[in-house]
Amino acid sequence: MSPGQLAPTPHDPDERGHFGPWGGRYMPEALIAAVDELAAFYEKARIDPEFLDEFFRLLRDYAGRPSLLTEAPKFAAHAGGARVFLKREDLNHTGSHKINNVLGQALLTKRMGKQRVIAETGAGQHGVATATACALMGLDCVIYMGEVDTERQALNVARMRLLGAEVIPVKTGSRTLKDAINEALRDWVANVDDTHYLLGTAAGPHPFPVLVRDFHRVIGIEARAQVLEQAGRLPDVVAACVGGGSNAIGIFHGFIDDPSVRLVGLEPGGDGIDTDRHGATLTVGTPGSLHGAMSYVMQDEDGQITEAHSISAGLDYPGVGPEHAHLKDTGRAEYRPVTDAEAMEAFALLSRTEGIIPAIESAHALAGALVLGRELGPEGLIVVNLSGRGDKDMDTAIKWFGLGVES
Amino acid sequence: MSRLAGVFDACRSESRAALIGYLPAGYPTLEGSKDVLRTMVSSGCDLVEVGLPYSDPVMDGPTIQKASEQALRGGFRVRDLFGVVESVAALGGRAVVMTYWNPVLKYGVDAFARDLAAAGGLGLITPDLVPDEAAEWLEASEAHDLDRIFLVAPSSTEERIDLTARSSRGFLYATSVMGVTGARDVVSSAAPALVERVREHTDLPVAVGLGVRSGAQAAELAAFADGVIVGSAFVTAVRDDTVAALTAELAEGVRQVPSRA
Ligand SMILES: Cc1ncc(COP(=O)(O)O)c(C=O)c1O
Repeated sequence: MSPGQLAPTPHDPDERGHFGPWGGRYMPEALIAAVDELAAFYEKARIDPEFLDEFFRLLRDYAGRPSLLTEAPKFAAHAGGARVFLKREDLNHTGSHKINNVLGQALLTKRMGKQRVIAETGAGQHGVATATACALMGLDCVIYMGEVDTERQALNVARMRLLGAEVIPVKTGSRTLKDAINEALRDWVANVDDTHYLLGTAAGPHPFPVLVRDFHRVIGIEARAQVLEQAGRLPDVVAACVGGGSNAIGIFHGFIDDPSVRLVGLEPGGDGIDTDRHGATLTVGTPGSLHGAMSYVMQDEDGQITEAHSISAGLDYPGVGPEHAHLKDTGRAEYRPVTDAEAMEAFALLSRTEGIIPAIESAHALAGALVLGRELGPEGLIVVNLSGRGDKDMDTAIKWFGLGVES
Repeated sequence: MSRLAGVFDACRSESRAALIGYLPAGYPTLEGSKDVLRTMVSSGCDLVEVGLPYSDPVMDGPTIQKASEQALRGGFRVRDLFGVVESVAALGGRAVVMTYWNPVLKYGVDAFARDLAAAGGLGLITPDLVPDEAAEWLEASEAHDLDRIFLVAPSSTEERIDLTARSSRGFLYATSVMGVTGARDVVSSAAPALVERVREHTDLPVAVGLGVRSGAQAAELAAFADGVIVGSAFVTAVRDDTVAALTAELAEGVRQVPSRA
């Protein structure tokens, strides 16, 4: 594992967290001291050999890294014959990429001398990963989850409770991920002395976009070495789904200095971006401040944040991390929408062709790869970040495909 | 010069604190909010804060969250805000607007400042905008002669209090507790210390808010603050139809000569 994973990069934001005009801190003064403290601890930790050792040991011995890079030839036959490799974050402990960030932030929590952790969760994967790390490290854990999501991801609620976390269903606003974040922020402001807010994606106020990204950079660092070894060359495209943007930014960074590699983020297109039921923030959102940072957001003409809609709870978010806004503006990365139907088709296709059931979030990246592969043709080579496994999505799949037992 | 200096000067000359009352525009209805604000002004609020209902009010507790949701469900639009401000000014009342930053960004910072000033508003309280990110607002507020009320908190360092004080115009809003809005039983013990710290950095008036709901609490804060801010209690009073009585009680509170323990 590369010890350079947390090292400062030329792509870091300015010292107040700005990536170009994006990012920064649009948040209550009461929390500034806490994010300043977090930034100070992180700046020390990211170059401290002891912290790095501990973090990499956990990634290896607890999370199961490095994760595999698996070629998917039968799936690729449907992608214009381009070669497709899957970065298997689904094989990590707890079943998604989320564990990378959680282990890093839980270690930071310990360093800051805080005993209580709060987090938001949409699909429940970040909540499960957080509850897991808290169980491992003996931290108290409270998870905020929109009531709508507690219903569609009931299995993950049970997992979190079993792991000793308190799960609080959020009944305000749209009762999904954005409201869970609001509620976590309200908790944080009242309990900031002994509580760390373990944000689950590369969004929020500085320094979260940087530190969450860095804890996930391992994905791209591994993938680059693996694809060079297995295919003997760099990929033409790296594809990842984008909710808040953590798995995408993690794998993108492994290739960001390779100009020949296109970085493509796939957003939740819901019923289609010509309807009002989607979550394609980078494709159709407009600049605004949400949850502590300036980025693209989904909002109405009054600046009221609108609800996102996606079949995937983990992508159902009307904001996106500020570094993605910057990568979009500079043209270094491209973002495309994928509809619910396209994602579910890719979900089923990977299951049948390769024996791998992906998370519906990750299925958006797979659907993108099917299109990109046809664009590239048989000479093409694509690395897809398979950010998580699909066990949690069986209820949704049963409903979508009618997989229930015939009565 | 500050648009609000006159309010605080007048209160100071009466050896008392200013009473500052908050209400979300559009609550309970658009016309209803104008009526409630009229009662607040005529019953003794020296200044009113007109809140802009927002979809994601992270600094607000359940009472104001629900009121904002009700206003938005009732069809409240940002452009309606200026009519509400105008209704206060028309009565000779003084109004500032309290708003989360995104609706201002979306409206256009300069356009918002222009329309607020045209409606007779005197300034803006910005709970999720810190001076570090406020360059555009600093410029627009000067251009349209509006006051800028930033917040300080018990967690603010000396350096940040200094930055905030230097960036403010009119008064400073000291949040007395670490937490969101909502009436509380006891006034925070952190408030006097915070106000004292602020005074080491500035001569601007300091108003204290978060959690006040009774005349006795108002009196306690008036002993050391230049203004007492009351929000959730007014929202609750609208529901209970006791706005005039609450205003009168609080107005008496800010006029009490404190009995020092
Ligand atoms: C498996 C999986 N992939 C992706 C995401 C989306 O988050 P992000 O965009 O931060 O990677 C989630 C969020 O819950 C997830 O569970």
